[in-house]
Amino acid sequence: MSGARRWVRWAIPVAAIPVIVLLAYGFRTDPRAIPTPLVGKPAAAFSLKTFDGPEISLAGLRGRVVVVNFWASWCYPACYEEAPVLERGWRAYKDRGVMLVGINIQDKEEPARQFLARFNHTFPNAPDPTGRVSVDYGVYGVPETFFIDPAGRIRAKHVGAVTDEIFSANVDRLLAERP
Amino acid sequence: MSLRRPIQLGAVALLVLATLGLALAAAPVNEDTVREIGSELRCVVCQNLSVSDSPSETANQMRAIIRERLAAGESPAQVKAYFVEKYGLWILLSPPKRGFNLLVWVVPFVGLGLGLVLVAVAVRRWSRRPPGGPAAAPAIDAATRERIRREMAELDTR
Repeated sequence: MSGARRWVRWAIPVAAIPVIVLLAYGFRTDPRAIPTPLVGKPAAAFSLKTFDGPEISLAGLRGRVVVVNFWASWCYPACYEEAPVLERGWRAYKDRGVMLVGINIQDKEEPARQFLARFNHTFPNAPDPTGRVSVDYGVYGVPETFFIDPAGRIRAKHVGAVTDEIFSANVDRLLAERP
Repeated sequence: MSLRRPIQLGAVALLVLATLGLALAAAPVNEDTVREIGSELRCVVCQNLSVSDSPSETANQMRAIIRERLAAGESPAQVKAYFVEKYGLWILLSPPKRGFNLLVWVVPFVGLGLGLVLVAVAVRRWSRRPPGGPAAAPAIDAATRERIRREMAELDTR
């Protein structure tokens, strides 16, 4: 009888161990942080008509470091925070073999154009009205920014507003790899 | 008359064939299949809603992509594989039954089994415990019994 009791006394804490381990794992994982399977993979080709008229396609940008930024005019404050950062980055790097492309998703044309005018964006921006490109890039929400190397591979993805540091760190790293 | 009959029949047959051929060529995508695939995919801009259940613009676009891929001749499995390739297993509402995810499918049943075994053991132990049954209650001496009888009688008369 007392032998069985002792066994039960041990069984309860021992049974709790896997539960605690599972909880520890669960609480340390951010359910919103979704790892993308696309880093290291070739970036999906796209060809979109920009707000200004001309087409922009990834295929035409081979050999350059390409930064693709997904945004929307309703995405406040993150897209508004990073908008000046993107324009600064574009001006600093455009003559050094870097291309920045903005892709406007889940948005309407009029507010999107207002957004571009407000921040005086001079890099190409194109709407993705069917959402094909955003699904091809596994985009969950806005803003998301992809850094693509000259060989056309996605090398990094940033979720949320881009800062000057994040922008230049990623671009510099990919520029340094060029022969 | 006898000559006209086969001609008429032939014309009807041709018409039927032509309609069938047209229907096949257009190959309208089965909306049930679209809904089925959509119900297994997570709407990426929602919390815990499937692509089929969400009224959002993005879910709408994802349904259009499913439709387009089916129309292009892809199987439902290939369509799902496309979304998994882009978003990872996260996009699937039920985790696939392999690897670490297998735990989710197996653990509840293991727990249920263990619980049943535990209950069975406990029930057996409890039903075995009183060796002599309820009769083992301590005996009452004659004086106490007499007192109980008296007090019960008093209660009855009140």
